[in-house]
Amino acid sequence: MIRVFMLVPGADFPHFCAQCQDYPCVESCPVKALSISKQTGAVLVDNETCIACGKCIDACPGRIPHMHPKEKHIVICDLCNGNPQCVKVCREGGWNVLKIVPREDQPYKLYARTPEETARDLALKMYGEKSEEFI
Amino acid sequence: MILGYAGKFLEINLSTGSVKEVSFEDEVLKNYIGGRGLAAKILWDRLGKSWQKIDPLGPENILLFLTGPLTGYFPGGRTCVSGKSPQCNGVVGSTVAGEFGVELRCAGYDGIIVTGEAKKPVYLFIKDSNVEIRSAEHIWGKDAKQTVKVLTGECREFLGKSYPLYGEWKEPALLYIGQAGENRVRTAVVAAKWTHAAGYGGYGALMGSKKLKAIAVKGTGPLPPVANIEKIKRLIQTVNDSAYDNELWRRWGTGGGGYHFGAQTSSEPVRNWQEEWHDEKGYGVDQFENKLWIKQSWSDFGCPTCCLKIAMVKNGKYKGAITDNPDYEMQAYLGTNLGIFVPEENVYLSTLADDLGLCGIQTGNVIGFAAELYQRGILNKEDLDGIELKWGNVEAFASLIKKIAFREGIGDLLAEGTYRVALKIEKIKNVDVLQYAVQSKGISIGAHGIRSGKDFPESVSYAVGVQGGDHTSLTGLPLDSSGSELGEILNDSGVLCNFNSFGLPRNLKFDFYTAVTGLKLTRKDWSNNKGLKILQLQRAELLLGGPDHIWNPRVHDVNPPRFYEPLPSGPYKGKRVEKSEVENYKRRYYRAAGWNKDGIPKTETLKKLGLEDVDKALEKLR
Repeated sequence: MIRVFMLVPGADFPHFCAQCQDYPCVESCPVKALSISKQTGAVLVDNETCIACGKCIDACPGRIPHMHPKEKHIVICDLCNGNPQCVKVCREGGWNVLKIVPREDQPYKLYARTPEETARDLALKMYGEKSEEFI
Repeated sequence: MILGYAGKFLEINLSTGSVKEVSFEDEVLKNYIGGRGLAAKILWDRLGKSWQKIDPLGPENILLFLTGPLTGYFPGGRTCVSGKSPQCNGVVGSTVAGEFGVELRCAGYDGIIVTGEAKKPVYLFIKDSNVEIRSAEHIWGKDAKQTVKVLTGECREFLGKSYPLYGEWKEPALLYIGQAGENRVRTAVVAAKWTHAAGYGGYGALMGSKKLKAIAVKGTGPLPPVANIEKIKRLIQTVNDSAYDNELWRRWGTGGGGYHFGAQTSSEPVRNWQEEWHDEKGYGVDQFENKLWIKQSWSDFGCPTCCLKIAMVKNGKYKGAITDNPDYEMQAYLGTNLGIFVPEENVYLSTLADDLGLCGIQTGNVIGFAAELYQRGILNKEDLDGIELKWGNVEAFASLIKKIAFREGIGDLLAEGTYRVALKIEKIKNVDVLQYAVQSKGISIGAHGIRSGKDFPESVSYAVGVQGGDHTSLTGLPLDSSGSELGEILNDSGVLCNFNSFGLPRNLKFDFYTAVTGLKLTRKDWSNNKGLKILQLQRAELLLGGPDHIWNPRVHDVNPPRFYEPLPSGPYKGKRVEKSEVENYKRRYYRAAGWNKDGIPKTETLKKLGLEDVDKALEKLR
C-alpha cells in the first residue's frame, strides 16, 4: 500500500493516500468500486467490482492509486482497518515518524502530489539549487 | 527446483545481441549457493580450461550480476558483481547495496550473465521477462549523477507508455558505470544511487570493456517461494532488533572511523601508510555530522540500519559537493592517506570519485603511492604533467583523479592500479618502488592497518586472503570462526549485508538459509565442506591468474613491505609486523586450509571436495 520512491538519490519519500476530505477518487469511479470506511475514513476498494480502468489514478491530484501488479484491481491505502502496520514498524525501528491521530478538518489534500512534484521539492530542500541538475 | 530461487538466470551475449534464459542444476546451487560462490563456479566451468589466457578486459571474459537465495529476505539488499578480475586476475565477489537484486528476483531471475562485447554503447532494460538491449550512446560519457537522472526519467517514461493504466511506476533499480569504467580504468566501480559501489575487483572496467553503460531492472512479481515463511519473519525480526540496538552504525555509519582509527587504534593510512596515527580533532565525526550531514539516516529497501548519511558542502570553494558520509574508507583513502584532514575537502574528493565512477579506496591508494614517489623525488613535476603532488594539496589530487578517469597523461599510467603502476615505474626509473606499494595481489589494502594490532585484521589477513587486500574478505584462524574468510564467503554468496549480520547469534545465518531453501546447512558443513570448497576454487583461480601477472604464493603471500617497518608515531610507535610471526601463522593457515607448504591447495584436499579438475589445473604450479 505504501511505496517509497527515490527519483533523486537520497531524496526518498513514501507515496501513499493523503486522505483528501473530498475523495476525488471515489467520485471518479464509474462502477462504484470505491467506498469510504465509516470507521477510519479511508478509501476501501472492492476488488471484485473494480474494472481496473485507472480513472481514479487520473482523478487523484497525486496520481497515488496504482494497479495491483498481478491482479486486475486498483490498490489504495485502507489504513489497515485502523491498525496501520506502517506505524507499528516505524515505532519498532525507533524512528517515531508515524503515529495514529484522529482525523481533523485539515487540508491533507495538499500532500497528494505526484512523485515528480514531491521529488523536485524534496531535492530542492536538500540539495538547493544543485537539485535542478538531478531531476 | 530448490525453494528460495527464481530458478532462472538471464544470459546476454552483447556481441550477437542474443538473450536467453539458463538454469543450473540443483547440486550446483546447493554447493555454491549464489553470489560469490556461484560466480567462482560459473567462471571456472566456462573459462577454467584457458584461465591464464583470458584477458579480463577482453570479450571472452564474463560479467556476472548475481543474487543469492537470501537476497530480498535477509534485511538490506545487496547484489554480487563478479567476473575474472582486472585487478587480481582471479575472482572477487564484489557486492553493491541497493534494490537491484530484489528487483531482479521479483522479475524472475537469480542473476545475469553477460558475455561478449557490444559494438556501440548499450544498456539493458529488464521488466519482468521482457529484456531489451537499448542504445546508450546518449549517456556514454556522462557522470553518475547525469546517468541516474537520464535513465530514471527515461525508464519511467517508457514504463508509463507501455503500461498506460498502471499508474506511477516506482523507479527501476539501476547499476551503472561512470566515465572511469568506460575508459577501462582498473580501479573503476559498478555503482548504484550515486554513492554505492562494488569497488574491489575492478568490474567497472570490465563493464566498460563490454560497452555496457548500465542495467535497469523492474520486477513486479513476488520473491521466489520459500520453505518456512513464519520462521523467516521471526528471523527478520531478530536481525532488525539487533540492528536497531546498534548505535555505532545507526548513528554514524562508519563515519566515526576517520578520527577513531587514527587517534585510537592507530591503524589508518596516513600519507600512503608512512604513518597510521593522527590526532586531528578537526577530522572528528562531529565535524562531519554538524557541518555537512544534510541527512542523518539513509537506507535502501528493507534496511533497519540506515548506515548511510548524506554530506553536502554548503559554502566555500567546494560548495555543491554531495556524497555519502563519507564512510570510513573514503575518509581515510581520500583524506588522511593524502595528508588531507579537512572534512569539506574529503567530501569534495569523495564526490569526484562517485561522479566519475572510481573506487575511492583503490584510487586513493594509487594517488597516495604517486604522492610518496613525488615526496621521495622518484616522480617529479614533469612526470606528473606539471602537478605539484604535495601532501594535502587537494587540487592536485583532484586533477589527478580526473586524469585517471579519462586516462589523460599520467592518468593513463595510474589508471592501471597500484601494483601494475609500480612495476611500470620500476622499469622506467630503475628504482625499487614496490616497497611503497600498499597492496596485495593487485588489490589495494583496505584502510585497516595491522601494525598496531588494535584493529580487526590479523597479520596474515591480507597476505593469504583469496581477495588480496579486500578488507571485506579478511581471513584468519580458526577457519570456522568469525575471523575467517569463510564467513565472508557465506555473506557474499547469500547474498547479504555484513553490517546487518554483524553481532548476530552464530547460527542465525544458517537457520535463515534453511528457512528459505528448506535445505539443512550447518556451520560445520560450511567450514568443512561447502564454504571450504568455494575458498579452494577462488584460491586456484587467483593463483592461476594471468595473462599479465601470475601470483606465486612463495613470493606474493606476503604483507606490503611497509607493514614490516616500525610505526613512526603515536601510542604504538615502534610496533610492526614480525616476519617470523607471519611465516608461522601462514604455515598454520596453509595446514588448516589443506594447502601444501608453498600455499597451493593439496591434491587430497581438492579430491576430497570433488574438485579434481581444479587439482589437475594446479599441477603446473606445484
